Amino acid sequence: MDVFVQQLINGLTLGSIYGLIAIGYTMVFGIIGMVNFAHGDVFMVSSFIALICFLLVTTVLGITSIFLALAIVLVVAMFFTSLMNWAIERVAYRPLRGSFRLAPMISAIGMSIFLANFVQVAQGPRNKPVPPMITDVIVIMERDGYQVTLAWKQIIIMVLTTVLLAGFWYLVQKTSLGRAQRAVEQDRKMAALLGINVDHTISLTFVIGAALAAVAGTMYLMYYGVANFADGFVPGVKAFTAAVLGGIGSLPGAVLGGLLIGLIEVFWSAYFSIEYKDVAAFSILAITLIFLPQGLLGRPEVEKV
Amino acid sequence: MAVDTAHSAGAVAGSGSSILPGALKDAFLTGLIALGLLGPLVGFETVVIDGALGLAYRPLVVAIMVGIIFAGRLILNLTVWSPNRPPKAQAGPGPIARGVVAISPAFKPALFAFAIGFPLLAAAMTGGLSESRYLIDLGILILTYVMLGWGLNIVVGLAGLLDLGYVAFYAVGAYTYALLATSEPVNAFFASFLGETFWANWAFWFCLPAAGMFAGLWGMILGFPVLRLRGDYLAIVTLAFGEIIRLVLINWVDFTGGGAGIASIPRATFFGIPFTAGEDGFAALFGLEFNPMHRIVFLYFVILALALITAFTTVRLRRLPVGRAWEALREDEIACRSLGLNTTNVKLSAFATGAMFGGFAGCFFAVRAGFVSPESFTFDISAMILAIVVLGGMGSQIGVAVAAAVMMGGMEMLRNLGFLKQVFGDSFDPSLYRMLLFGFAMVAIMIWKPRGLVSSRDPTIYLKEKKAVSGSLVKEGHG
Repeated sequence: MDVFVQQLINGLTLGSIYGLIAIGYTMVFGIIGMVNFAHGDVFMVSSFIALICFLLVTTVLGITSIFLALAIVLVVAMFFTSLMNWAIERVAYRPLRGSFRLAPMISAIGMSIFLANFVQVAQGPRNKPVPPMITDVIVIMERDGYQVTLAWKQIIIMVLTTVLLAGFWYLVQKTSLGRAQRAVEQDRKMAALLGINVDHTISLTFVIGAALAAVAGTMYLMYYGVANFADGFVPGVKAFTAAVLGGIGSLPGAVLGGLLIGLIEVFWSAYFSIEYKDVAAFSILAITLIFLPQGLLGRPEVEKV
Repeated sequence: MAVDTAHSAGAVAGSGSSILPGALKDAFLTGLIALGLLGPLVGFETVVIDGALGLAYRPLVVAIMVGIIFAGRLILNLTVWSPNRPPKAQAGPGPIARGVVAISPAFKPALFAFAIGFPLLAAAMTGGLSESRYLIDLGILILTYVMLGWGLNIVVGLAGLLDLGYVAFYAVGAYTYALLATSEPVNAFFASFLGETFWANWAFWFCLPAAGMFAGLWGMILGFPVLRLRGDYLAIVTLAFGEIIRLVLINWVDFTGGGAGIASIPRATFFGIPFTAGEDGFAALFGLEFNPMHRIVFLYFVILALALITAFTTVRLRRLPVGRAWEALREDEIACRSLGLNTTNVKLSAFATGAMFGGFAGCFFAVRAGFVSPESFTFDISAMILAIVVLGGMGSQIGVAVAAAVMMGGMEMLRNLGFLKQVFGDSFDPSLYRMLLFGFAMVAIMIWKPRGLVSSRDPTIYLKEKKAVSGSLVKEGHG
């Protein structure tokens, strides 16, 4: 029971991070119908930007309040990651709209390889360990010497995710930008005829996706305390799995899928075998796509000629 | 970036006589964006000093890179993208495509002759068989990737299925040979009635077809459930399968040897005659002086033959109904279905055929290296093969071969160029930049020449007369 509660907490934390990345996949897929393969690497780059910013803030500026430092890091990482994703869309995806079917996908794969190796060349291949930022924990249960703890950083991650999602939900449902997004998603040509700037809307989608990925990247850095150029690949695929599991194109689905994947991964590691935890996540992807391609909350796909 | 703004800004300014202010403004903006992109990651380097993480500063590198981007953009705005330039009308194949079509009848036999004569040429150039080892090894490496490229070309280029887990079949082939050749029971079985050394000498030749068959079988097993999915899902699922196979190879230690891999795999023999210095070795039987290079040269011809078989099979398959179905499927899946093609079977056949050739190549890899470990079968290899296929022009045989030679051979050559070290410092290693270039090239090719660098293709079926079709005039359907 204690182990179960502890793993539940860990799983929800990890799931929040996956959920934030998954939103980026699901939004882009919804609006232009492509799998943005580079999104996992955008997430990885954002954790590097956060790392560099954190070092600058703590060593050069000498800010000692960890919460102020984190807030600055978060904003800076969101800004630069959004700029990068905007540029990526502009350079690598926009010219390919209307090209043949595989073109945007191949371009995205190329972009993903480029980003990972760019970081490897620029920052070196070694793991970058960060000093632990927030170490306080709250003990919520104790039995026979086994403590169930809820770390402050886990609280921060979960609260931040919830707040961001609420804001994001408001943005998509209630603002004119959200309406434009949903309109472009339904019918791009019709939306353009009705005076929506389609390019602008798609760009903004990428920017929002990157901002959420940057939050996930900063949280990932804070939670695990390490950044590596290869860390975009596996979380990227898992977040994509989350998006597919929740129903691609559906925002609540992405979060639900993220939480499920986080929980499955953590429980699998705790009760079965930690070596095969990635195999479990990848298998879920394949099984979902084969038996439940529309996901848990998604609409069944209608094929148009 | 900001291509559209470049045109609109240029158009506004270009209505007058001077386009300089607009071009300057655009270049300045681009420079600013480049600064924002490069600043954090290139300007600061995270370095571990005494166990703690610190920062090193590289403002000069950022300044140079941003300066180059600013200047390049400005020059482009004033020349190539200038609104004063008359638009270029293009019809029919471009000059490169026409050139390729013109020389292609001579090009293929020439390339073929070069590949056959390469070991002799290498030995003559370096002044001896032993000295040519480096060149011939490089030739083997290139040919392995040519073969893998041709194998993947069946799946990606002909059938239009994006397979990101091709390395899985390469791994299946390699492990099939490694496990069968080192297996005690199999060895004991053959030793009991065919002699002690039989299996060690013949393992490769028995395992080669087995490896292809196993890989093809795996292709079917993996492909059957997922081939109903649409294109980009398929890509991710194949990627996941590639990773699953690698993770299983790492973690199933009892069966595969885990991360340590399998060592001392029997070497290839000349159809049962081992390349040893002994009495019954290759050299003694053929009256030659013993030289370890005989084995390497033989391996070169084995992979050449395997690659040629792949190419030949593909060319012949394209003329069969199944090959035409593949290409039709690539162009328009819905049309295929409405014409009564069983798309799952068509896809499955392409997937399994491609996987089979990957298995052959894997078996060859195992026999050449004598050692297999999961390290050799990472996603990077899949990405590299895919990049070769994309660069060569999906569906073009000769393009894939040229792309493999340029990308694999060119990178090897770069490593030996001295002046690069003088420019970038002694620690400069071009092989670090290989995947970076591959990734960049994939994006660039998709934007500028989606049909590959050699963007011309022969139509498979034609009425009366064969006409070359420019890549830019062909557009694939949205399946």
